Amino acid sequence: MICWLMVGTWAASLQSSPAAGTGQCCSEVQSRPRPTVLSGGTRGLDAPLGNSEIFPWFGLDIGGTLVKLVYFEPKDITAEEEEEEVENLKSIRKYLTSNVAYGSTGIRDVHLELKDLTLCGRKGNLHFIRFPTHDMPAFIQMGSEKHFSSLHTTLCATGGGAYKFEQDFRTMGDLQLCKLDELDCLIKGVLYIDSVGFNGRSECYYFENPTDAERCQKLPFNLENPYPLLLVNIGSGVSILAVYSKENYKRVTGTSLGGGTFFGLCCLLTGCSTFEEALEMASHGDSTKVDKLVRDIYGGDYERFGLPGWAVASSFGNMMSKEKRESVSKEDLARATLVTITNNIGSIARMCALNENINRVVFVGNFLRINTISMRLLAYALDYWSKGQLKALFLEHEGYFGAVGALLELLGSA
Amino acid sequence: MPMRPSKEWVAIKMAERGGRGSGGHGSLDKSITLPPDEIFRNLENAKRFAIDIGGSLTKLAYYSTVQHKVARVRSFDHSGKDIEHEPLYEISVQEEITARLHFIKFENTYIETCLDFIKDHLVNTETKVIKATGGGAYKFKDLIEKKLGLKVDKEDVMTCLIKGCNFVLKNIPHEVFAYQKDSDTEFRFQTNHPNIFPYLLVNIGSGVSIVKVETEDKFEWIGGSSIGGGTFWGLGALLTKTKKFDELLQLASKGQHTNVDMLVKDVYGGAYQTLGLSGNLIASSFGKSTTADKEFSKEDMAKSLLHMISNDIGQLACLYAKLHNLDKIYFGGFFIRGHPVTMRTITYSINFFSKGEVQALFLRHEGYLGAIGAFLKGAEQDNPNQYSWGENYAGSSGLMSTSPDVFPMQRTRSGTFDMFEMDRLERPLVNLPLLKDPSTYIPDTVDLTDDAMARKYWLTCFEEALDGVAKRAAASQPDSIDASERAEKFRQKYWNKLQTLRQQPFAYGTLTVRSLLDTREHCLNEFNFPDPYSKVKQKENGIALKCFQSVIESLDSLGWEERQFALVKGLLAGNVFDWGAKAVSDVLESEPQFGFEEAKSKLQERPWLEDSYSQWLERLKEGPPHKCALIFADNSGIDIILGVFPFVRELLSRGTEVILACNSGPALNDVTYSESLIVTERIAAMDPVIHRLDKGLAVLVRERETDLVIIEGMGRAIHTNYYAALKCESLKLAVIKNSWLADRLGGKIFSVIFKYEVPCK
Repeated sequence: MICWLMVGTWAASLQSSPAAGTGQCCSEVQSRPRPTVLSGGTRGLDAPLGNSEIFPWFGLDIGGTLVKLVYFEPKDITAEEEEEEVENLKSIRKYLTSNVAYGSTGIRDVHLELKDLTLCGRKGNLHFIRFPTHDMPAFIQMGSEKHFSSLHTTLCATGGGAYKFEQDFRTMGDLQLCKLDELDCLIKGVLYIDSVGFNGRSECYYFENPTDAERCQKLPFNLENPYPLLLVNIGSGVSILAVYSKENYKRVTGTSLGGGTFFGLCCLLTGCSTFEEALEMASHGDSTKVDKLVRDIYGGDYERFGLPGWAVASSFGNMMSKEKRESVSKEDLARATLVTITNNIGSIARMCALNENINRVVFVGNFLRINTISMRLLAYALDYWSKGQLKALFLEHEGYFGAVGALLELLGSA
Repeated sequence: MPMRPSKEWVAIKMAERGGRGSGGHGSLDKSITLPPDEIFRNLENAKRFAIDIGGSLTKLAYYSTVQHKVARVRSFDHSGKDIEHEPLYEISVQEEITARLHFIKFENTYIETCLDFIKDHLVNTETKVIKATGGGAYKFKDLIEKKLGLKVDKEDVMTCLIKGCNFVLKNIPHEVFAYQKDSDTEFRFQTNHPNIFPYLLVNIGSGVSIVKVETEDKFEWIGGSSIGGGTFWGLGALLTKTKKFDELLQLASKGQHTNVDMLVKDVYGGAYQTLGLSGNLIASSFGKSTTADKEFSKEDMAKSLLHMISNDIGQLACLYAKLHNLDKIYFGGFFIRGHPVTMRTITYSINFFSKGEVQALFLRHEGYLGAIGAFLKGAEQDNPNQYSWGENYAGSSGLMSTSPDVFPMQRTRSGTFDMFEMDRLERPLVNLPLLKDPSTYIPDTVDLTDDAMARKYWLTCFEEALDGVAKRAAASQPDSIDASERAEKFRQKYWNKLQTLRQQPFAYGTLTVRSLLDTREHCLNEFNFPDPYSKVKQKENGIALKCFQSVIESLDSLGWEERQFALVKGLLAGNVFDWGAKAVSDVLESEPQFGFEEAKSKLQERPWLEDSYSQWLERLKEGPPHKCALIFADNSGIDIILGVFPFVRELLSRGTEVILACNSGPALNDVTYSESLIVTERIAAMDPVIHRLDKGLAVLVRERETDLVIIEGMGRAIHTNYYAALKCESLKLAVIKNSWLADRLGGKIFSVIFKYEVPCK
């Protein structure tokens, strides 16, 4: 169910329309800019309907744990535009682009910024901002105080929060949300960002020699012919999609053992309070003190089943013993939690890939942010257990694809 | 149909005041203090030991022989003797030796005591090795070798598990069940399928192993997961500071996972409608505990953990089942081991992830699989797989529910000894080749696990009749000095079984009238009452035989159509006779034929409750004679001699061969195979029409192209087989001698069931 708003009549014209036929223009625009779109004409209340979207251009993805916001900062603003730009809009632009942190919890991932991007005929930079979902009410409050609604722009949002907070947006912020399906947005975002690249570098990468700690290295991967691919989105939970073409995809399955589980269990087990802290602990821990390995049971490899001695036989299995519970560190526990969740996702993804007969698996989602341990583990696990048949791929913009997709829907709906 | 002794219910016959209430409730508590010699039974002849030591439980297996009494009948040489005053045949009680498999499960903490006990009681010195499997086999190797003086021979865990699994799937009826949450009967038992392969075995120990089993010897480890029972236990202990697995499960059964898990509705505010995902689905396990400053209850965390692990295992199992195109998954391992709460969550998960296409199945003897497999490995030279084995209900503890919430009495049970015994059957049980669809054949008409009202009724019936049965058992052995003592032990044992079944109807699989009778036979045998009715049967057979000729004469004097009806009535009237009512016995003594006539007069007038007599008559009149009729006979005495034999005689005169099928072993006053041989011999001597006797069954039925099956009596034609569809014509007849059942079927006592069926072409 895709809804969009027509500029100027937005409050009354919330419509629903079939998903087909929407949101394709922008990626086309990228490769073949549409001449009719925007020639630097006047924008604002009196802008003609339908041609394009008025600024600001936002895409919002409200997940279970994090809100992801992408903001397109036009860099080709003419003097005339600058002059006509309403004060509010200007202040938003300046506020977002001149800071890297917002309030106590909002963060702009500067390293992910896409520079000199051409989007719907406009040149500019794409910014990537995130903040915790529990600060959503404050965010809406801020929008209300800054009279965001007077900008009469469309706020395209995806993720569960688009539904959950819709009412709050309306009552607190006088804002009508355009709710978008998260899986549609995710796939659009992935395909788009991969096609524009990462400031001249490849968006997609993989780990070569994942089974060899010494020789393992991150290398670019050309995802020019992406289909079919298995897309594994690891947020608080995990969704697994089989993508056969731009429009043809299905959700294969999902699991509730995701980033939220890692972080949630870490909080309970170690008393940590941030994801970064949890990962930091994990990086200093040793999971083999917590997990029972095949070699702990069989003294070595279990040859009957071709199981290597280093494989985990029972996650947290050593914790059945009181002595061992007393001898492990918080870091060990954090590491074991990370390894458990990661291996499990790898295992489910591998089984889905086999069932769907797909050999490329793309992992995205904010669980992978600053989480090289998990990425290398996924790369390793997929390679090892599939005997080299499956390839794990990763994307630089990890968790932002839904928000990018939402932004594209905004522009595509024009 | 499996040719087991199965006997109709005879509550009426012995409707004396039954069972003492006092004996009932103490039974479960008592089992804790059972002396070891009641647990490790028949150790004198024990050999082929095998042991499976898991993380917390030890399972010991051995083969032994049991000496027990059997009743034998032997024809007298009647030449030149006074036939009038001699009994028809001689009854003797002989000792017989049969093979039995013993399996005992106990907590690892008892291992030393148990090994000591075995050492002290082991007579057999041939045994040199003990097969061992399970994760703990290594740890206890030295102890076992030292205590028992046996060499420990280790066997692969998974090989044993699968060997054991195949064995129970093939040998034990109602081994497999599906778990149903919101049903009166939590356990839905499956009928045994002739072909058990292929299947997926998911063993949830500390980790998870997923094995595809294709044939007896071919299986493959296709995957696994490290998130298993050890994760629940280890992580659970860290989170809740609760040390024991069972206690963690208890916590989990009280918790609310929604306080800890992030649900779809927490993210969406409701359902995720585009994908049709309900708002109550878990979006992220432990997703709400992502905060350092909130306290979560132990119960809630344990519940969340249980859901997380069960769902994960279910999901992976489904993915593997799909990849290998399998729709049956058997679950085993200590994570499952009879815990309703884990069976429930696993079943839910499998249903959810497979959208109902894959079935989660559990095994009653799941805990014994490894021990059975290890035993079979060690006993290969005895070829145990060559024989058929049957569960001995008297010696087996039955399935216990360990959930304290579901069955409060059970708490006392866990942590003690659990036993499972199997007897070698004289001959393999096969399906009657005439069954239309053997794979869907369910012999029992009413599932008492399912039907609470019927269950209550029958359990009470059996309880009330128990004192009578015990008395008759004692009376059947007047020369034995300990007969009444043994009868009392029998009474106590069966009473306890009935109480267990009241609490846990699923303890031995689907509860049926047949299984209640089988259990009673097993208990009687246990205390050496092989055939309490032998003397009664002997007497009745003798009396009935004396009347045979006059009954035949009066039948022969009738016209054809009249005779057909008289034969059917005779068959039904014979079935009215059951033992227990003294009045009947007296009548028989003085004027047997009068009793027979009186029984006829008690029968319901036509139209009968179920009445296809006209079609039957039509068939006899118009159709060609049947090639061969197979008759399952019921009671001895009047029933077989004055009811069945005249009917047989008529069939024979029509040119139809007749196979008479009787129980191989005694069951109440049912005529046994050996008794029927003597009776038939005697009748054949009197009556030239009856001259042939056939042995064997399944082969014969095929050879003789049997095209008519006659099933007689409540036990055979109503409690079982009432709905059984056959490939040939069939006649099911019975008189309903139980007013409760008659009422249920919409009739009165002595209503007649005469069901003639022709299979549709």
